[in-house]
Amino acid sequence: MKGISEGAPVGKVNLVHTISQKLGPLLGLLILFVIVSVLNPSFLEPLNILNLLRQVAINALIAFGMTFVILTGGIDLSVGAILALSSSLMAGMIVSGVDPILAILIGCVLGALMGVVNGLLITKGKMAPFIATLATMTILRGLTLVYTEGNPITGLGDHYLFQLFGRGYFLGIPVPAVTMILTFVVLYILLHKTPFGRKTYAIGGNEKAALISGIKVPNVKVMIYALSGLLSALAGAILTSRLNSAQPTAGTSYELDAIAAVVLGGTSLSGGKGRIFGTLIGALIIGTLNNGLNLLGVSSFYQMVVKGIVIIIAVLLDRKKAA
Amino acid sequence: MHISMQNIHKAFGMNQVLTGVNFELKDGEVHALMGENGAGKSTMMNILTGLHTCDHGTILIDGKETYFKNPKEAEKNGITFIHQELNIWPDMTVLENLFIGKELKNSLGLLKLKEMRALAKKQFDRLAVSIPLDKEAGSCSVGEQQMIEIAKALMTNAKVIIMDEPTAALTEREISKLFEVIAALKQDGVSIVYISHRMEEIFAICDRITVMRDGKTVDTKRIPDTNFDEVVRKMVGRELTDRFPKRQSKPGELLLQVKGLTKKGVFQDVGFSVRSGEIVGVSGLMGAGRTEIMRAIFGLETVDSGEIWLNGKKVNIQSPDQAVKLGIGFITEDRKDEGLILDFSIKENMVLPTLRSFAPKGIIKEKSEKDFVEMLIKRLTVKTESADIAVGKLSGGNQQKVVIAKWVGIGPKVLILDEPTRGVDVGAKREIYQLMNELTERGVAIIMVSSELPEILGMSDRILVVHEGKITGELAKEEATQEKIMKLATGGQ
Repeated sequence: MKGISEGAPVGKVNLVHTISQKLGPLLGLLILFVIVSVLNPSFLEPLNILNLLRQVAINALIAFGMTFVILTGGIDLSVGAILALSSSLMAGMIVSGVDPILAILIGCVLGALMGVVNGLLITKGKMAPFIATLATMTILRGLTLVYTEGNPITGLGDHYLFQLFGRGYFLGIPVPAVTMILTFVVLYILLHKTPFGRKTYAIGGNEKAALISGIKVPNVKVMIYALSGLLSALAGAILTSRLNSAQPTAGTSYELDAIAAVVLGGTSLSGGKGRIFGTLIGALIIGTLNNGLNLLGVSSFYQMVVKGIVIIIAVLLDRKKAA
Repeated sequence: MHISMQNIHKAFGMNQVLTGVNFELKDGEVHALMGENGAGKSTMMNILTGLHTCDHGTILIDGKETYFKNPKEAEKNGITFIHQELNIWPDMTVLENLFIGKELKNSLGLLKLKEMRALAKKQFDRLAVSIPLDKEAGSCSVGEQQMIEIAKALMTNAKVIIMDEPTAALTEREISKLFEVIAALKQDGVSIVYISHRMEEIFAICDRITVMRDGKTVDTKRIPDTNFDEVVRKMVGRELTDRFPKRQSKPGELLLQVKGLTKKGVFQDVGFSVRSGEIVGVSGLMGAGRTEIMRAIFGLETVDSGEIWLNGKKVNIQSPDQAVKLGIGFITEDRKDEGLILDFSIKENMVLPTLRSFAPKGIIKEKSEKDFVEMLIKRLTVKTESADIAVGKLSGGNQQKVVIAKWVGIGPKVLILDEPTRGVDVGAKREIYQLMNELTERGVAIIMVSSELPEILGMSDRILVVHEGKITGELAKEEATQEKIMKLATGGQ
């Protein structure tokens, strides 16, 4: 009965594993906080922390959507391009006199529709998510340049609510950070407390079994890519408001930052395993690195090197835990 | 080559699979290995060929303790295992398949095609088969593919060939060809381990038989010294009658009707009906199209023509979710690949088809979900400490119960079970049969696809036999015998 005697330690290892999996990314963030603030105490100043939260918001929003996508075992490379095109369209609408808040809403719907296209290519077209979103990324980038003729769109006026969206404060907290936190709460409930969330995990865990259990796998996937598009457009709205303009090349390589945040948060790229809380932490880690390295006067060239190394270390540590 | 396995033990996690196996194989003998599914036959052979290591026990080869590290090493030393699922690369030619991983190369690293062809030809001549070497292996018949595997084994100078259910998918003519080849190999001093469920074959070609039950070898006998009845008794460990719980069938109104279901090249003009409270057994050889028919009914495969009627109404099932909504449940033959999400807990697996009912306002009510799952666990006697354990950690029988519970949970009208007791231990089997009886008593219609004839005969009220995509016969419980079913299943040749 060798099997049974092995049972007990396995359970203990699992407990340790679960704890470290849940707290691993958080622990990493805390360590990073300590290191940066020791090297430069001004990092901890409230103004800087608030700044950090605002900087993180855009990447976090995109990464939230990416978390759903990656949980199903997919990937969405088009998020940065969706951000750019929807941002340009919003700016274009505002310049041509559409109410800015309405423009944001329409922009978000358009972003969601771009996500629907991704979802249909993947489900109906049976394309690999990597290929499908690589193609739409290229197309949307092209369309953005066509629409803007390669120039920034400026002259968005000074609509108060619109400016508040990217630059304002609510109870002393930057509005983008508030948006990020509210979105997080909604998505947390969606992922962990609703049938939709359960189905998301089920598809990533075993797509065939999910299908045979009567889950409308294609529908769920389309909705998830739509969600990813919607959140990218929302991030685009924040960026547009903050810059008070739309840049045709905005959001370049944002998909990589989002994927990095998801991975740093402990979500498995093969799907089925991960948490959206981890993604929030992952985004904060990346934000802290950016912010901290800036404060320490590290050149942006080296910053890229450091970010890459941090990702490698995080994944290696995760592997070790799993082993 | 002389092989002796002594007192072999093996556990997979909590699941003790082998508990004291003894097996001896002599030079140039054909040795049958019999036992129910899950008795440990394949595990034992996988330990011999180094795929698994035994927890304890001794393996002597020609008197020397030998433990192979992997099947490749076993092959190098003359022991080849030909699995039931043949190891064929369908898109490569017969020649490429024969030499896969063992290609002959010249000093530049280029293939020596001429020599390879000559060698392949020689092996095929020895087996007296003529398969074109440039044919795509995937377009060969199963019998031909098997010959490719045997030729492959002979090219590595195999002294021992283990064959797992070699005749399961062969036609009558291919079977007699295989027997000729086995006889010829024996003449050459090659030993064969012949794993099969087919008593007639074993008594026709084997020299000795070893019977396994519940992870133990029960007995080894010379074929002339034993008979069918004795072997069956040893295999089941008790009389056949009490393997299956008594069932009282009271078929009710017509529930499911399938009319003229056709998918070109897979199945043709399939028509049958199932009444409420009835178990219809579907028998046939591997690859006859049984599973494909069931998948089509459940909306997993498209059909070219045909109709499905449920409760007297024509239904159009395009995808599984529609089937589930109509009250059809499908327990697939491959529970790890299609039945379960192994990383998910018992609870999460069990509620998959019914998720929405726990979230009337969008948020899953954990309390009612938990109560529901507890009820199912009790009802199906799933052995577990908690509903939150990942199903991947359960034994085969308990995993199968979770799959069945999932479908019992939808309150099904029709339940399709494809190989419901594959890889399930004897005790859990009986519990599954009992549950099938309970369900039919409540009016559920059950379609049971099974390759195990005793199961078909023991549980079905009516038996359909499928041969090459067609229903070749329907037998009432009273008139059905193994012989009649086999005859229909092989096309009555």
